Amino acid sequence: MNAPGHDDSIKIFGFWLYILQDLFLFATLFANIAVFSSSYDAGPIAKDLISLPFVMVETFVLLFSSISYGFSVIQMHRNSLFGTRIWMAVTFLLGLLFILMELYEFNHLLNEGATPQVSAYWSAFFILIGTHGIHVTSGLIWMICMFVHLSWRGLCAENKMRLTCLSLFWHFLDIIWIGVFTVVYLFGAL
Amino acid sequence: MFGRLTDPTAGVLFALQNEPIVLFTVLILLGVTALVLAVLTFFGLWKTFWCNWITTVDHKRIGIMYVILALIMLIRGFADAIMMRVHQAMALGSEHAGYLSPDHYNQIFTAHGTIMIFFMATPFLFGFFNYVIPLQLGARDVAFPFLNNLGFWITCAGALLINISLGLGNFARVGWLAYPPLSELTGSPDTGVDYYLWSLQLSGIATTMGAINFIATIIKMRAPGMSMMKMPIFCWTALVTNILILAIYPVLAATFLLLASDRYLGMHFFTNDGSGNPMVYVNYIWMFGHPEVYVLILPAFGILSEVIPTFSSKRLFGYTSMVWATIVILILSFLVWVHHFFTMGGGVTVNTFFSVATMIIAVPTGVKIFNWLFTMYKGRIRFDLPMLWCLGMMFTFVGGGLAGVMLSLPAADWQFHNSLFLVAHFHHTIIGGVVFGYLAGFVYWFPKAFGLKLNRVLGLISFFGWFFGFYLSFFPLYILGLMGASRRLQYYMEPSWQPLFIVAMIGAFVIAIGILCMALQVLIVIWYGVKYKGNLPVQKNDPWGDTRTLEWSISSPPPAYNFANIPQVKTRDAYWNMKEEGYVRQTKNFTKIHMPSNTSAGFWTGMLSLVVGFGLVWHIWWLVIISFISAILVIILYSFFGDNSGYYLSAEYVQKTEDHFSACLESEGIRL
Amino acid sequence: MLWVGWKKKIFNIFAIVGLSFLLSACKILVLQPEGLVAKAQRTLIITSFVLMLCIVIPVMIAIVVFAIKYHVSNKDREYLPEWSESYSIECFTWGVPILIITVLAILSGYFTYRYEPSKSLPILRADEKSLQIDAIALEWKWLFIYPEYGIATINEIYAPTGQQVFMQLTAESVMNAFWVPQLGTVIYAMPQMNAKLHLFSEKNGSFIGMPAHYSGEGFSGMGFKWYSVSRDAFENWVARVRQSSLKLDRSTYVALTRKSKRNSVLYFSGINKDLYYRVVNRCVLAGSKCNEDLMRLAAGKSLWGRICSVFDDGVNSE
Repeated sequence: MNAPGHDDSIKIFGFWLYILQDLFLFATLFANIAVFSSSYDAGPIAKDLISLPFVMVETFVLLFSSISYGFSVIQMHRNSLFGTRIWMAVTFLLGLLFILMELYEFNHLLNEGATPQVSAYWSAFFILIGTHGIHVTSGLIWMICMFVHLSWRGLCAENKMRLTCLSLFWHFLDIIWIGVFTVVYLFGAL
Repeated sequence: MFGRLTDPTAGVLFALQNEPIVLFTVLILLGVTALVLAVLTFFGLWKTFWCNWITTVDHKRIGIMYVILALIMLIRGFADAIMMRVHQAMALGSEHAGYLSPDHYNQIFTAHGTIMIFFMATPFLFGFFNYVIPLQLGARDVAFPFLNNLGFWITCAGALLINISLGLGNFARVGWLAYPPLSELTGSPDTGVDYYLWSLQLSGIATTMGAINFIATIIKMRAPGMSMMKMPIFCWTALVTNILILAIYPVLAATFLLLASDRYLGMHFFTNDGSGNPMVYVNYIWMFGHPEVYVLILPAFGILSEVIPTFSSKRLFGYTSMVWATIVILILSFLVWVHHFFTMGGGVTVNTFFSVATMIIAVPTGVKIFNWLFTMYKGRIRFDLPMLWCLGMMFTFVGGGLAGVMLSLPAADWQFHNSLFLVAHFHHTIIGGVVFGYLAGFVYWFPKAFGLKLNRVLGLISFFGWFFGFYLSFFPLYILGLMGASRRLQYYMEPSWQPLFIVAMIGAFVIAIGILCMALQVLIVIWYGVKYKGNLPVQKNDPWGDTRTLEWSISSPPPAYNFANIPQVKTRDAYWNMKEEGYVRQTKNFTKIHMPSNTSAGFWTGMLSLVVGFGLVWHIWWLVIISFISAILVIILYSFFGDNSGYYLSAEYVQKTEDHFSACLESEGIRL
Repeated sequence: MLWVGWKKKIFNIFAIVGLSFLLSACKILVLQPEGLVAKAQRTLIITSFVLMLCIVIPVMIAIVVFAIKYHVSNKDREYLPEWSESYSIECFTWGVPILIITVLAILSGYFTYRYEPSKSLPILRADEKSLQIDAIALEWKWLFIYPEYGIATINEIYAPTGQQVFMQLTAESVMNAFWVPQLGTVIYAMPQMNAKLHLFSEKNGSFIGMPAHYSGEGFSGMGFKWYSVSRDAFENWVARVRQSSLKLDRSTYVALTRKSKRNSVLYFSGINKDLYYRVVNRCVLAGSKCNEDLMRLAAGKSLWGRICSVFDDGVNSE
């Protein structure tokens, strides 16, 4: 008998644990922005700068990328390499669009004088959203790696495990973004 | 080009040029390193070293490396401690009374705290987790062997980075938790806090990796039949510890991220301007810091719960209580952080809540002490070295708990806060609890790892050195605290304090005797290893007698694959039960065993992360970018080209190894 | 003869060491309080210590006794290798700590409530006004402002015995803590914060004051003295301080914030009334806006601001 546990389920379990610790990281950053929610010093106020419709579109782009990743995983379970790749490409493009929109928004804020150096609120804002953005970016890099993995070894058990972990990661980032949207944008604009 | 290294105001070589002590230490360290490298080269050991240790994914070897790191850092941290004690014994009347400048003294106490917690205690406990948990669970390895190797090398990178601060630049002068605004650019513009931040950030990342690994191992890789409530209690405490780590280290990472963005990007979280608020940091860091002390002490509790039954030849009393006590501590440890700053003026409700929560933790802790006591009751106690450490720990720790409960009363804490009374209290629990407990584990599992026990006479001197040295050096601090001495004083004006500081210094030297004897114990073993050219002979499985858990059912040192056959577990004390049921060891018909492959990816990533840290400290941005991208690339390339499938140990190899063990048992006259 | 000489020497050494211990034993300040708060704290410390000893001493004795009694060499003792559960003992091991902790918790709550530093002390009669001192922790010295008298000092406090002292504490940049062991209760002096503390001295005397939170290179030199004196002596002292030619206005304050070690006592005969408020709200420099105004302005402008922002009850500037 082989050593128990050295199968893919344990890796997925380990990845859940990773997500759990990431959750604590984000929890701290959420607490942080709540603490500094009115620490604007002499800088601009969030309410004056946030454009809810733009962020709404941004949010839906990310939500749709989650759906398309879901389709990709369905295709994976059907053992369709082509379908998996197509839907992952869609996810990748949506993710990229999200990041670009975020960068555009950052640029806009910086031009309006809302730089992270201006007050504690904007520091907290950029750190929270920036950390989420870096997570999304690393998700995108992971996807690029997965394209190579898939073209190299196809839908082998190991790649399936990787795709499952990536799907956990991607959906998790979506959930975090919903938190960001509520706590930062919605509450900030109200 | 070279960032702050070429900045004349950064004081790159300030310490080396102005502090003879530092120069001397750095020269000795460089000398020792050169000597080790020369020995490795002379005896042609590089290949062995590389293949068997640096690239290993074997949890036992990684565990040993963690413990070695911890012991080296113990010596570093203790050197800091004894320098402080000598200094304070002299430092009456003016800044120049002692032999350390304020600048140097402040670095030393910061380094002492940081190193002891993050680079001594944490690697030590991961050493235990690595070595013991898979063996106790009846597993062949941890859940993620590569992650294990990676985590070790990142820890090493952190430890190296913090030690580079000895020679290049300086270390932080902010206390071990680096309260802002002192740790902001306004208070510490030079490299000190940056060294602190990045070395701890590295160690934190590695610790989180370790936690993920061990939770997965414990949940998923127990031997068949071993339900959660049949698990050895050390594994239980390890599980709870790792859950704690998983929850709190991200908080530390986030906190340091915020402080670093203040320092590097000009943000305003904990600064005084820009509406930042330093007190928020104090809350964050203690939300991490308080559970962290349970991270340290819980494994020590686990070790005691293993050692005491063994040397009392008796089952552990109140296993279920023990498990629930541990879980209660897990939950409560998140609800007490404010007791570190009752003096902030939190108001009646807040203070009372956190006071009561803190006191409640004393209940499960007390239960544990009672359970050990009743484990000894009507047993047959043997005073072997591990048991002595345990008795010393129990005896000392209850005293520390007493002081702890006194400190948990806000109204009393308002007199103790940040005085030497507090310092005495936490050393009482950390030395009396954590260090004694870990050393019990060290002595206890040592023969499992190397096949021979540590020298008993030296061990006795070591134990009594630590034990009496502790009381001698910290009881004066309790009194000094009550006399009005704050902690971290570089000098003081009250002549009546000096005698007590001198007694404390003598105590530190008595502890030094203990550490010296420990070092001698280890040296004897190194000599033994040299005698056998590194191939330690296989020894009998159960050197202590009356052991109870699975790690004692296999040879010492264990074979690479741990268990030739995965044991079937029926009861709590699996090995004890096997002995009682007349278990017969299988000696034939072994099958091939799957093993993970070694990899150097972890080592390279670790070293690259050291370069990232170094670049960040000295503001060498191109180096940071290049090494960071390389570190990521190494991991990505490992995912492509790394040998994930592992290899098989042939049935013949297993047969040969087990035959060695059988021969050893026969020569000892043991039938198993 | 030689032996007698040695005996004498050894005796002398012991005498000196013993004496120095006795001497030091005379100065265990926390246990020799002169203030109302510190006396209550001594009572609490000793009570909790004794209560805990009730459980700790038996446990310590039991550890030693069990270790000896059940040592393997005592073969005739009862040996129960499988005995590991006992309902009654478990009730005892959970019950006794819970009992003690309950008593301590009640004690803790009572003392925490009664001696809450921000509240007036329980003995004060309604007609008695307390003396207000605003303390600012600087690098590395203490600035004590007496707003009612319009004076200020560095590293020295005079206060009348038998009058409650109401302190407000803040820090200019690095946090510190204010501690007079014989009067009781350490409270942090934190930048941007206004912490409150009430102390009451019952006896004339000079008490050492300690900085109780490490604040950087000159931290050790931040000790100060608290003189508890009679009413008349206090008035005399105030008159003496008023003779000082130094005035504490915003520009002198800015000069004071420069780092300096081991400062000697300094007197200021005039003060800017709103200086303390401005230090807390970080608007000492001309043209800077006060934190409180900024916060109020921002708090109204978002939902989060309305939910989360908490103002403390302000600085007592009069």
